[in-house]
Amino acid sequence: MYKMQLLVCGGTGCQASASATIVEKLNESLKAHGLTEDAQVVTTGCFGFCEKGPIVKVIPDNTFYTQVTPEDAEEIVTEHILKGRKVNRLLYENPETKEHISDSKHMGFYQKQMRIALRNCGFIDPENIDEYIARDGYSALAQVITELTPEQAIDMLKQSGLRGRGGAGFPTGLKWEFTRKYTADQKYVVCNADEGDPGAFMDRSILEGDPNTVIEAMAICGYCVGATKGVVYIRAEYPLAIKRLEIAIEQANEYGLLGKNILGTDFSFDLELRYGAGAFVCGEETGLIASMEGGRGEPNFKPPFPAESGYNKKPTCVNNVETFANVPVIFLKGPEWFNTIGTEKSKGTKVFALAGKINNVGLIEVPMGITLREIIFEIGGGIKDGKKFKAVQTGGPSGGCLTEKHLDTPIDFDSLLAAGSMMGSGGMIVMDEDDCMVSIAKFYLEFIVEESCGKCTPCRVGNKRMLEILEKICQGKGDMDDLDHLRNFAYVIRDTALCGLGQTSPNPVLSTLDNFYDEYVAHVKDKKCEAKQCKALATYTIIPEACTGCTVCARNCPTDAITGERRQPHFINQDLCIRCGVCYTKCKFNAILVQ
Amino acid sequence: MNKYELKDSHKKTIKEICESFGNKHGELINILHRTQEHFGYLPEEIQYEIALNLDMPLAKIYGVVSFYSFFTMTPKGKHPISICMGTACFVRGAEDIVQALEEELKIKVGQVTEDGKFSLDCLRCIGACGLAPVILIGEDVHGRLTPDMIPGILKKYE
Repeated sequence: MYKMQLLVCGGTGCQASASATIVEKLNESLKAHGLTEDAQVVTTGCFGFCEKGPIVKVIPDNTFYTQVTPEDAEEIVTEHILKGRKVNRLLYENPETKEHISDSKHMGFYQKQMRIALRNCGFIDPENIDEYIARDGYSALAQVITELTPEQAIDMLKQSGLRGRGGAGFPTGLKWEFTRKYTADQKYVVCNADEGDPGAFMDRSILEGDPNTVIEAMAICGYCVGATKGVVYIRAEYPLAIKRLEIAIEQANEYGLLGKNILGTDFSFDLELRYGAGAFVCGEETGLIASMEGGRGEPNFKPPFPAESGYNKKPTCVNNVETFANVPVIFLKGPEWFNTIGTEKSKGTKVFALAGKINNVGLIEVPMGITLREIIFEIGGGIKDGKKFKAVQTGGPSGGCLTEKHLDTPIDFDSLLAAGSMMGSGGMIVMDEDDCMVSIAKFYLEFIVEESCGKCTPCRVGNKRMLEILEKICQGKGDMDDLDHLRNFAYVIRDTALCGLGQTSPNPVLSTLDNFYDEYVAHVKDKKCEAKQCKALATYTIIPEACTGCTVCARNCPTDAITGERRQPHFINQDLCIRCGVCYTKCKFNAILVQ
Repeated sequence: MNKYELKDSHKKTIKEICESFGNKHGELINILHRTQEHFGYLPEEIQYEIALNLDMPLAKIYGVVSFYSFFTMTPKGKHPISICMGTACFVRGAEDIVQALEEELKIKVGQVTEDGKFSLDCLRCIGACGLAPVILIGEDVHGRLTPDMIPGILKKYE
């Protein structure tokens, strides 16, 4: 038994900052000091606090080291492990009091969080099934298949009030019950791990940090709905998650937790992986099934729902990664316990990927009903560089932008929908005063146009037309009629597109039109972009006092709009200027003024 | 586009890949993944060979290849550069990074440099939002970028 453990974050973010080398250096150092019997280095899943990664946590004393480099490894070992003295300079510093905080429990980032789906991320070695089992892993499966009938288990899940975490929030227990209802020679359980929302990485983190929980939940689901085969459909862009999932499946098979006659019962369940190939629309369940069958991932008309006719035309139960991650805990602690967390209609917690212009970028899990203000200003530590909060985008390309007035709304599936956005998979991108909301709407439309599968006309053609209008507006060529056209297009697409993704694709435009109408008007009428992001709307002038007459701007100007003698202040001819911004980027003396 | 010369050994490899998946139509995406891993890209000639092996119309295979952004019909550079265009990277300045890369390499997104060293592509979120904006060069992630860091980073791959 080790006296101490050094947990090193091995998530994608921290691995990009050399966390694997840190592990190596820590091990070398432990060896050099003869401490390999006393302390052990464990590569874990994501701690969530990506902003300050790579993270090294020492237990049992819970010391939380941030932004560790491979060079720090030696000091951590000699000071902390050998002499028992914490390395102060690596501890997290409270941004307000400048005080060093050693225990992660006292950090603002973790104080308001409640971890259910992420309970094991950052605690266990995801490549070792024993560590999962030691934390009650697979005991929910054992309990369900030996003590409960499928109907009883489904009832428990229904009582818990768990709703699908992939976006729409459909009650999970009901979905299982529907799939159970249909009789067929073969049924399937599918885990949707095709996380496609830009800025959302919760599913990846769960699969990287705790793959066994998903496997256990899928087996439980298989028992409940009567399926003996499970498939995880995962993005090929997530190599680390794929690797860890493969290891976990292999170990679970070895332990008899997957495969034939699990734990000596009649129940058998096999699991395999299918890889996505980079198509956002495959996150939609019928699109995902089409892709699993080897074809183009185009969604199909519902009904029939996958519960009746899904993969290979057989009843199929599709759930998202985070939904599955909640399932084992619900069976262990009981639906009543789960019911006490959250709001009336949305029970439990939700994982959000907090990103953008915020101090603490990372992965958080909070109880439903928390306010955006708590998330952004307490957990997230406020806006970067002391700028002013402008908006937060939730729900990815299907969601919308919420503003200051929504900050105190308790968030759950229904309140976000009422506010014109949606929960989506849980991406949360914070924007400050420097972000132009028209550009943001354009960014999402570009994404949708790129990712539209092209099957139905409203989505394929409608979004393209909307994008053209937004491009026109950003170039200062829009008029007030365009704003009405945008709205009309949005309503038609919302009402007539084939799949859920198409129907929600106008949300970023609609929500910005609703909440930032003045900004659209400023672009159209005054030809002004307050945030100065729309380059075509800016005017560039030279500040004569700051200009040294170095001629760099004049030489780089592609339209020869800048004139002036050497060592004399230069001048921009506004009629010739195409507002490309080259002078601004090239000037070394901050002499170009953008308005 | 230049015709891809398919040697007998290439045909054998494709046949083996298809067989390892039991020549099943349902495994097409996995077969394409494996083939692209081997050849680097999926030109028409290779797709044709897969079509023969699976006894499937070429149009159907082309339909799948062109549907998914992961599959490519043009070769990539020795060091493929992917710029993350997720929202988090976008609001933290990914567009300036694209511009800097295009200027430095003198190619546009989707193209390969003349010497075949670098290719430039945009990519959906890789989930390293804490490091935004990020680019991938091969399998290396470079994060917290500013445009002036680009020349230095590219130099490492010369």
